[in-house]
Amino acid sequence: MNQASRSSLECPAPDWFHAPTGNERTWIGLALCWCMVMSLMMPYWHFKGKQNSSGEAYSVKPADFIKRAEKFVLANTGAESLLDDGLSPVVPAPPGEVYLVAKQFFWFPTLKLRAGETYRLHVSSADFQHGFSLQPLNMNFQVVPGYDHVLTIKPQSPGTYPIVCNEFCGIGHQSMVGKIIVE
Amino acid sequence: MSQENTGKRICPTTGLPICLDAQFFIKCNAVLAVVFLLVGGIGALLLALTRWQAVHLLPVDWFYRILTLHGLNMLIFWILFFEIAILYFAATSLLNCKLASTKAAWVSLLMMLIGALMVDVIIVLGKADVMMTSYLPLLAHPTFYFGIILVAVGALVGVLNYFATLYKAKKLKTYQGSVPLVVFGATAAAIIAVVTLLHGAIAIVPTFLHSMGWIAQPDPIWYRMTWWGLGHMSQQVNVCAMVSVWYLLGALTTGAKPLNETVCRGAFLLYIFFINLASAHHLLVDPAISVGWKIWNTSYAMYLAVLASMIHGFTVPASVEVAMRHKGYGRGLFGWLASAPWRNPGFSAFFLSLVIFGFGGGITGVTLGTQQINIIAHNTLRIPGHFHVTVVGGTTLAFMGLAYYVVPLMFQREYVFKKLARLQPYLFGIGITTMAMGMSFAGSMGVARRNWDIEATGSIYGPAAHLFLAAVGIGGVLAFTGLLLFILLTVGTVLCGRSFAGKPMESWGTPRELAREEGHAPLGAPAGFRGGAPAMAMAEAHPTQGTMVLAMIFLLSFAVYYFANWKALADAWPVR
Repeated sequence: MNQASRSSLECPAPDWFHAPTGNERTWIGLALCWCMVMSLMMPYWHFKGKQNSSGEAYSVKPADFIKRAEKFVLANTGAESLLDDGLSPVVPAPPGEVYLVAKQFFWFPTLKLRAGETYRLHVSSADFQHGFSLQPLNMNFQVVPGYDHVLTIKPQSPGTYPIVCNEFCGIGHQSMVGKIIVE
Repeated sequence: MSQENTGKRICPTTGLPICLDAQFFIKCNAVLAVVFLLVGGIGALLLALTRWQAVHLLPVDWFYRILTLHGLNMLIFWILFFEIAILYFAATSLLNCKLASTKAAWVSLLMMLIGALMVDVIIVLGKADVMMTSYLPLLAHPTFYFGIILVAVGALVGVLNYFATLYKAKKLKTYQGSVPLVVFGATAAAIIAVVTLLHGAIAIVPTFLHSMGWIAQPDPIWYRMTWWGLGHMSQQVNVCAMVSVWYLLGALTTGAKPLNETVCRGAFLLYIFFINLASAHHLLVDPAISVGWKIWNTSYAMYLAVLASMIHGFTVPASVEVAMRHKGYGRGLFGWLASAPWRNPGFSAFFLSLVIFGFGGGITGVTLGTQQINIIAHNTLRIPGHFHVTVVGGTTLAFMGLAYYVVPLMFQREYVFKKLARLQPYLFGIGITTMAMGMSFAGSMGVARRNWDIEATGSIYGPAAHLFLAAVGIGGVLAFTGLLLFILLTVGTVLCGRSFAGKPMESWGTPRELAREEGHAPLGAPAGFRGGAPAMAMAEAHPTQGTMVLAMIFLLSFAVYYFANWKALADAWPVR
């Protein structure tokens, strides 16, 4: 072995190539095992876990998405036009396609869903990027204009759940709060 | 003086050769870095005092404006300027070579400076309220994008100058064998920086053209994926640079030597190979991106970049342990740690950075970046809670520790008010940790990041969330005080520190040798990183049990936090 000592500021001795030994070797082994566990957890949860972000999405023009959402609202409230009844909750029959529009600075419409039923929730934006953040469950998904993001959700317990926008979308961003009612 | 002929001087403290050209640019870059740190820091204080709901300082438009300013000045300007300084130092002093090109260094410096000023001015004018990420379709004034492009290209020129200097040193044979570990780490950072800056160009150049009205709007998801190739990967540059600084400060403050060069270098290689698609961590709940892509790029099959950090997290303290035991501080498991030079701000900043980065930033980062767990974390305050303990408690604190050596050695002036300097890393470390923990816990309760007022439409969160936001405010004030102290001390030193030109710098305090060692002890070298027994022999003689115990505590904390998050996820509504 080279007799001169080498710090990290100096060129190492010519024979610097050595396999790890002792505690260093043990630690590398442990760390690698832990990394393997973490790697396997994700595919495991994909097949066995109930909460996944599949990224299911379809290309859509913002104007077309708004039209689909309006049609959905009218079909499920029985109102003649959105002006008559645009603000009261929409009660879609499960299981079905449900629409939610994000727009500077509100969510439309307010949805009333039934606990224990499965819905295909289409979320998209009419203008900028927004963040779908369902509270207090703290479930978060990205909402991007041009992308119809489909979340297949199953509400669990009754209550009123605020939807907070958590992607900056303009100076009024903080007041962009909607809700989902579960009964 | 012979200085004039050779273009270099020998540092009387470390014995390292210092290229005078490089010294000039190291000074310029370091001073500018600190100026941008101050700009970002003032922003940080205002933001912390706004998110603290009881204080709620800034009006709404200025909150988002300052948030944009803070992000860019801290994450990009302060760090890039300082990293260029580190690269110039590593290539010239450690390889005993002159800087390849002063012209390129000027071009780099001026481009970065002009670009950064353009960005800051346009933000303050209120023409770029788009956050640092500037997600399309949000659009800023073209000046904003042009400024960022200038900074990126300027940094790229600096990095290429570094590579040119490496080439020159190799060709002129100014060193023998392999490059020192710190240079190896800096090179890894530089390689990642090139890939990072190219991603930045690919994302920002079309956005700039779009802002000029010359091309159609690029796709928002394409922009997110490409932009994060810049945004996240630049943080890997920081990690790489920070780890190199850990090795450097370990050597300067305790005489630590890498126990096994192969292991340390191997870990840096893992960074280069396995970090480049970390942008995936920002797209885990995005539409139109497949599960397979998300999972693969989250882990690159085996989390090998995480493995690299866990290896450095062991080898760095282990090298300190061995060095301290070798000096005779071997009592019990942690006698070496208790006797470490805690009053030396170079050491305390380095070791606090190591602990805060590992326990705070590492554990949270890997957990939040897990594909499914991201559902309960994305865009909440948990995210800034994570990166303030990596890039601030980790990188910035390590760079501050380095400044306590680089500034006196380059300007040849003693630090002013040394007693305050000895306190500074603790104040900053405690402040930023408090703030980040406040953010993390508030985020766990659903509080969003980048939000001026969480009660704009009525109460959504409970009193506990408000308590944690108060912690953000109080921690922010503490951290800012620490940061301001650092800046005042450093500026004071540059302007009116006592000159010690030609003599060694006064030592900050390094551990004395208790046991006589074989070999030749360095005489009167306060830094004391030279000489002594070979690292491998030292390591064989002195076991690293203390570090092993710390590492096991780390692994246990990691596992508890990781699985607690899976449990929290399982409580959410089923979703696909």
